[in-house]
Amino acid sequence: MTTITLKNKLAALLCGFTLLALPLFTQANEMKNADGGAGGDTRIEIKDFHFNPQTLTVKSGEKVTWINRDEEPHTIVSVEKQFKKSTALDTDQEFTITAGAPGTYSYFCSVHPKMTGIIIVEK
Amino acid sequence: MSDYISHDHEDDGIDRRGFLHCMAWAGTGLLWTVSGGVLASKTLAQIAKAAGPLPATDLSFLQISDSHIGFSKEANKDVTETFKIALDRINSMPTPPAFLIHTGDITQLSKPEEFDTFDQVLKSCKTKDVFYVPGEHDVLNDGGKLYRDRYLKSVEAKGSGWYSFNKNGVHFIGLVNVLDLQAGGLGQLGDEQLEWLEADVKDLGTSTPIVVFAHIPLWAVYPQWGWGTSDSERALGYLKRFGSVTVLNGHIHQVLQKVEGNVTFHSAMSSAFPQPAPGTAPSPGPMNVPAEKLRSVLGLTSVQYRQGNNALAIVDSNLS
Repeated sequence: MTTITLKNKLAALLCGFTLLALPLFTQANEMKNADGGAGGDTRIEIKDFHFNPQTLTVKSGEKVTWINRDEEPHTIVSVEKQFKKSTALDTDQEFTITAGAPGTYSYFCSVHPKMTGIIIVEK
Repeated sequence: MSDYISHDHEDDGIDRRGFLHCMAWAGTGLLWTVSGGVLASKTLAQIAKAAGPLPATDLSFLQISDSHIGFSKEANKDVTETFKIALDRINSMPTPPAFLIHTGDITQLSKPEEFDTFDQVLKSCKTKDVFYVPGEHDVLNDGGKLYRDRYLKSVEAKGSGWYSFNKNGVHFIGLVNVLDLQAGGLGQLGDEQLEWLEADVKDLGTSTPIVVFAHIPLWAVYPQWGWGTSDSERALGYLKRFGSVTVLNGHIHQVLQKVEGNVTFHSAMSSAFPQPAPGTAPSPGPMNVPAEKLRSVLGLTSVQYRQGNNALAIVDSNLS
């Protein structure tokens, strides 16, 4: 009986965490989107062989998502290999990273290396 | 146009058959002939019109390029079909080419199934020898491993896939300029390949005709769009002493030509879709072209080198 009670309590605790964590995560996302104007857009659109915006400022821990709106495949590759490169993104495909330590991160498209961009990560 | 449009349901001058037919004119390829050190190019359309066989030549070969198997956007929703039509044209030539050169972008996304489709369709081609160089679309996710495994079996490739071979006294050099590209840069050959090139041509006589083929142009077509190769000058320096050098490329999906001394640079059309002329669009992406206008912007280019006095003649004419 003791064992079952413990299991039940653990299960209840885990469920509680899950229920608690889910809205928090969603809320965090909503807050981040709402702050987009002040803290910088977290989406970078690839269109006509350009990253738009070319320079993006985000806070550490925020997510940055590229979306390819071209008919050509593009990649996201860190110049200094500071984050894992994307696979080739076909039309409307996305690639997301989480901004790490504060600093300036240069990246480019390894298929069309004239395409370059910068992510500035702040605290 | 009656030869091309037979089912114009929407009264717009375009039907599927006509569109594909016109696309075939855009994408069939070029026949290169070599006779006594003189190179000349003709479109397959011109050859198809000829009543008899080609004039006797020492060597003829054919360049195809930018098949982009897997592409299915507006500019051409059936690139496999237009590639098939291109091969049909080659098969109907009175004098078959000795071999084909494919100057890259076999596939759109380097997917195994796209390479499979290409290989399957290519089986219908009566000319079996094909020499390849990769386009950037063929090396997207694996640095070109899949490409090399499939398409370099008949050559002694070095490094990331460059090689040379001789045919009928002509020295052919296939170069790779789509790998390890640097941020902000252009196509790139790299030190290792350049050193190999220098050694490869070192012992050749200056009268040996040279044909170089690579995907990205080895001349600055339009660097703003990445249409050039950053270290091509060094490569061309090794070839400067030769009396006849022809540099063939794909990548830009249109016929452009430039002559510099004894060197003729020539870019080929695609069998998939056209791209805009340099600087005439926001980007170099696929260009949608009305089918009925295609022939007026397509043409044939004949180039002749005359060894000794280096005189050359270039004749361009469209297909209208």
